[in-house]
Amino acid sequence: MPGRIRLEGVGVRAGGRDLVREVSLEVAPGEVVALCGPNGAGKSTLLRTLYRARRPTSGRVLLDGEDVWRMGGRRLARRLAAVMQETPGEFDLSVYEVVAMGRSPYKRAFQGDDAEDRGIVTAALTALDVTALERAPFDRLSGGEKQRVLIARALAQQAGTMVLDEPTNHLDLRHQLDVLGLVRGLGVTAVVALHDLNVAAVFCDRICVMAAGRVVADGPPAQVLTAALLAEVYEVDAEVSPHPRTGVPQISVLPGPAGKSPW
Amino acid sequence: MTGLRARATAARRRARLPFNARLPLNARLPLNARRPREARRTRRTRLPYGVLLALLGAALLAAATAGIAAGSVGLAAGDVWRIVLHRIVPALVEPTWPPVRETIVMDVRVPRVLLCGIVGAGLSVCGMALQALVRNPLADPMLLGVSSGASVGAVLVLVLHVSLFGAFSLPLAAFAGALAALSTVYFLARSGGRMTTVRLVLAGVATAEVLSAVASYLIVTSGEPRKAESAMRWMLGGFGGTTWELVPIPAAAVLLGTVALLGVARPLNLLLAGEEAAASMGLNAHRFRAWSFVLVALVIGAIVAVSGSIGFVGLMLPHVARLLAGADHRRALPVVALLGAAFLIAADLAARTVIAPEEVPIGVLTALVGGPFFLWLMRRKASR
Repeated sequence: MPGRIRLEGVGVRAGGRDLVREVSLEVAPGEVVALCGPNGAGKSTLLRTLYRARRPTSGRVLLDGEDVWRMGGRRLARRLAAVMQETPGEFDLSVYEVVAMGRSPYKRAFQGDDAEDRGIVTAALTALDVTALERAPFDRLSGGEKQRVLIARALAQQAGTMVLDEPTNHLDLRHQLDVLGLVRGLGVTAVVALHDLNVAAVFCDRICVMAAGRVVADGPPAQVLTAALLAEVYEVDAEVSPHPRTGVPQISVLPGPAGKSPW
Repeated sequence: MTGLRARATAARRRARLPFNARLPLNARLPLNARRPREARRTRRTRLPYGVLLALLGAALLAAATAGIAAGSVGLAAGDVWRIVLHRIVPALVEPTWPPVRETIVMDVRVPRVLLCGIVGAGLSVCGMALQALVRNPLADPMLLGVSSGASVGAVLVLVLHVSLFGAFSLPLAAFAGALAALSTVYFLARSGGRMTTVRLVLAGVATAEVLSAVASYLIVTSGEPRKAESAMRWMLGGFGGTTWELVPIPAAAVLLGTVALLGVARPLNLLLAGEEAAASMGLNAHRFRAWSFVLVALVIGAIVAVSGSIGFVGLMLPHVARLLAGADHRRALPVVALLGAAFLIAADLAARTVIAPEEVPIGVLTALVGGPFFLWLMRRKASR
């Protein structure tokens, strides 16, 4: 069941710096929200507070009205799955084993995987087009293959809410579209950190733009993506025009910083 | 010439051309034959798990039989089994051997081999758990200073003649030392939030050195030359003079530790995926790690108290086990326990027989095998 995310004045402070300041945000069940912004804007940090990897120093993170930091980790993991940047490992786990990890929140000590678990894992592998790699060691995959495997792992968690931190940055065009289309098609609530604003405009209901730890714009793509915002947040000169066939706003970046010509 | 032709054939096959098709001029002939991508990526075929366990069980039995049979008084393997069986079910086997043989087997050799197996299994299981807990393939009870910490605790009890807890004083002190050392190394390596291999190994080696120096100092200044010598031999690691009284405490600790670690095999797997990923799949990594450290220290403490510190067993065998059974701890932990037991029984057998009647300290032997293995592992890691 898709969940409702609610952030109330979330702040994260570390090493004397505010990484995230006073972010309040609500995501309705089934909504897909893109989290955009320049490097270091605090996107990943904000997402970490959602999947219990980083406790916020102020504010509350709620899923269906419950504080995620007060419910048990396993209970949260059955309702919210995360896809994060891959961390290099040095142990040869197979692709199947990595995806099967997604079943752990449902398992007790000494409980093995049953036929249902295997079915779910196989379905996740198929959905991400990685069945052929099932027995390959995860560490030896290419960046894009790893990303798809990690998304398959999140699918195996069967959670109604997904948090994805740049799930497409290693993917080729086709797999980018496949992955985001898949997330859309699941009907889950999703918060996705994305760098590509054009892709965000196509796939997401809402775009939420962060800069220096704050949310500076939030709304439907057509409302948020404006030349003025791009100049202010990204310091680039860009033209925004509705796509002739889809009507979705598309951005063409012009060379040089806003207002100044490099030549 | 044949090499060139073979390469051309391979190029045609890759391009799905008929065998006699003319290759385009720019066709790439692999000059130093690279392994095809799929072959590189599919893992080697492994033995079925049941067969693997059966083979390892057989290896363990063979090592144990050899360990009991060999010594200053040689025995036939058949005699060993008949004596042991006779002791378990007296009606089963008629005693046809001189009673002194039975004494040798039952009071000298069996407890020693049993303790070797227990210690080997415990060290290997703890090594595997530590490697997952710090997410580093170079972790090992000795390298991380855990064994040295346990030694300091044990030596303190020996030289100060503390017997507050009776038979448990030595293992308890060793446990406290092991836990203190492990926590120190962990926090030294971790300061700043991230833990790199280099910092972990440096912190471990430095702590281990300081603690062994402390243990040696305590022994030398104890003012009892005879005791100092025996303590020194004990620190090098060995099973000389093992009696039945030494067996129960480490046996219980290793059994408890192994079962508990099997119970948390899934969380251990999650840690292999990284701390954040583990958190996102419902594991409280900090709390889990803290409890696991206590468990590992408990087992290592109980082991070091009876055997001294034996290095590299906990480093090497987990890697061999993962090669055989994969990294999933549910499969790898039983394999590593069997492997460790068989390995240490064999190593102790070698230690007793290589320069008989003298004994090589077993820690010396495992270091001779393990040091090169460690270097090989580091090189392999660097080349990735």
